[in-house]
Amino acid sequence: MKERQLFDCKSNCMEQTLQDSVLVADYIKGDEKSLEILINKHSHRIYSFIYSKVYDKDITEDIFQDTFIKVINTLKKGNYNEEGKFLPWVMRIAHNLVIDHFRKNSRMPKFEGSDDFNIFSVLGDQTLNVEKQIIKDQVETDVKNLIDGLPDDQREVLIMRMYKDMSFKEIAQQTDVSINTALGRMRYAIINLRKMVEKNQIVLTN
Amino acid sequence: MEKIYTHENLRTDSLKPKKSTIEFLLSYSKALSVIKYKKLEFETLLN
Repeated sequence: MKERQLFDCKSNCMEQTLQDSVLVADYIKGDEKSLEILINKHSHRIYSFIYSKVYDKDITEDIFQDTFIKVINTLKKGNYNEEGKFLPWVMRIAHNLVIDHFRKNSRMPKFEGSDDFNIFSVLGDQTLNVEKQIIKDQVETDVKNLIDGLPDDQREVLIMRMYKDMSFKEIAQQTDVSINTALGRMRYAIINLRKMVEKNQIVLTN
Repeated sequence: MEKIYTHENLRTDSLKPKKSTIEFLLSYSKALSVIKYKKLEFETLLN
């Protein structure tokens, strides 16, 4: 039974390749209708193959078109010499064009410096120079001293919120007060910090 | 393991080139003629 099926399949394949080679030969002789039959016959397989690689209908359409332009050119020039293997040959062309497509649109974006746009105007060295680092350290020390000057409950809420990145709900739970109280403490902490900055005339900008 | 198909599969019959693409190819083929003269090869595309 299996052998019979295999035989049928083989004879079908043979028939198909035979038909293809006849159609190709007719087309080379000038029968345009043969090309139409060939395209319609294999369009689904070739189109699906390309789509399975690029996942974009417009690109698939372009590659499909380019594939057949190559096929037409080769056949018309009489350079086709793979008789009997039309579909694998077309598939190989499609495959190569898919590779070309990915090469052209390499997934890594490339940036090249030009007059209009220079990558170094966007990308910078984020590390601070020595002077700025000293100022930053100074500002941080000042802020730390200011926070130390706050009443305990306010300092606690401010540290939890700003440095430990806790939500007011969590702060309220941990300090055993209501959310509104926690919010109020934070508000007073900031007001008091501002007052201290003003009073001591501290500059907290880099 | 059972597969969960959350997205509808692309209908396979929709995976076909547009009619206009095929028409373009057929007219391209009709318009293209390659003339060989000795070792030279001329391609002409007549619209």
